[in-house]
Amino acid sequence: MKLVWTYLRLGVLNEMQYRANFFVAIVQSLLSVAVSIAVLALVYSHTDELNGWTESQLLVVLGVQILLGGVIHASVQPNIERLTQEVQDGKLDFALTKPVDSQLIISMRELQLWQLVDVLSGAIVIGVGVSRLQTSVGAGHALAFLALLLIGASLLYCFWLFLATGSFWVINMWFLSDLFEGVYQVGRWPIGVYPGWLRYSMTYLVPIGFAVTVPAQAMTHRLHWETVLVAVGFAAVAFLVTRRFLRFGLRRYSGASA
Amino acid sequence: MSAQESALRSYWDFYLAGMRQRIQVGFQYRAATYMYTVGMLAEPVIYLVVWRTIANQHGGTINGVGAGQIAAYYIVWTVVRTFNIVFTPFGWEWRIREGTLSAQLLRPIHPVHYDMADFAGQKFPWLVMYSPLAVGLALVFHPSLHPRPLEILVFIVAIWGAYVIRSLNHFVLGMLTLFTTRATSVFQIWFLAELLVSGRLVPLSFMPHWAQTLAAWLPFKWTFYFPIESLVGSMSTQTLLTGLLWQCLWTAIGSVLVFVAFRLAIRHYSAVGN
Repeated sequence: MKLVWTYLRLGVLNEMQYRANFFVAIVQSLLSVAVSIAVLALVYSHTDELNGWTESQLLVVLGVQILLGGVIHASVQPNIERLTQEVQDGKLDFALTKPVDSQLIISMRELQLWQLVDVLSGAIVIGVGVSRLQTSVGAGHALAFLALLLIGASLLYCFWLFLATGSFWVINMWFLSDLFEGVYQVGRWPIGVYPGWLRYSMTYLVPIGFAVTVPAQAMTHRLHWETVLVAVGFAAVAFLVTRRFLRFGLRRYSGASA
Repeated sequence: MSAQESALRSYWDFYLAGMRQRIQVGFQYRAATYMYTVGMLAEPVIYLVVWRTIANQHGGTINGVGAGQIAAYYIVWTVVRTFNIVFTPFGWEWRIREGTLSAQLLRPIHPVHYDMADFAGQKFPWLVMYSPLAVGLALVFHPSLHPRPLEILVFIVAIWGAYVIRSLNHFVLGMLTLFTTRATSVFQIWFLAELLVSGRLVPLSFMPHWAQTLAAWLPFKWTFYFPIESLVGSMSTQTLLTGLLWQCLWTAIGSVLVFVAFRLAIRHYSAVGN
């Protein structure tokens, strides 16, 4: 924990050097949210509900997607991009030779603090969506929502790390961010909207259904406890598989540094 | 051979060499190219599914556009999107910081040509990779696509026109980074405007009337909506040819802006180099 705290503090201090980026992040986040809401308004100008989801319920889905996107962009993406770059450059040795768990150190060296603005934007969008719902949200739903958000974040982390581990074989992984950004947009809409083949692949292959739609279901009274159990089990299996796959990849790494 | 002919020949050879090199790189890193293509596929599939769902909820059409036409729009969209991938204005910050712009300025050809040759070559591996995916999408979503030979011809010209217009626009935007290190927000506004009124997000006919009027005065629709509709829609011969003329106009405007912006911006450049 001491090590995690030290890296976190370093990341914050590093970002505090560039305070103006905070305002840039706010402008970007506001623009992004404004366009997303405009898209929702455009869709709902043609219909009253999308596959049973009302506009307010979809605001909650959108908010969860933005919030989790902020978490990913702040903490997961920069670390994973550094990992793939270091594999390509042969500089990963510097992390591997440290006397701590490799996965831990690989996953916490970078923090882009200002990206967390999206967490705030997402929370506001969720709040607006919930306030416009016909039904009230109880403490149980809110707790389930927070727990499922954590599970969702860990699933997305596992997905990123699993893909990045491919860099031990593919080497050139410049496409990783583009691939994730493209696929992550699927989460802007409830997973049930998509046809079966896409719904299952975006739930079990790319866990966006579990990460975004399931927490939103908790806030919109659509959640079944069976879904929670499957999400918890799936997250545990995903974490173990990702960890084993990373270790398998690391065994292949030969390094290139002097 | 006159001096002008010789210069044109040199540019032609330069573009061919640049494209050939990029095609080879694209096929060398096949896995990376394929994964990128798959990532790019998500955006049109999302739009397609959402609008098709709405169409199906309302008797199969939205504003008179059927589900099959919506499917065709977004499948062709992906080809057009591929051609709209150009050097990002964000990349100029990196070029300045790393000093690679200094090296580019020493070369005898304007930097815009390097990017245009490079990204033009990228289109071919992407198209090869996308073809089987397009067949898969067609089997799943049943597009309604029956183009005339003239429409196919105009489409082929229009996607390259879109590529040139977007390259020039992004080059001009990129020049902002020589004036300020905070140009990112401006880029974001540009991209969001493009998303809304280019036909990238939805066919423009689904947009409110004021948005369609606004789109007519901006370059964006000539890079997305027009190329797609030239193949998918049922435009008259006159509309098709007028569209190509509009693309020529925006290419001319973009070229002048690149010339002016580059001359102004480069005066602010203090070299960082290696």
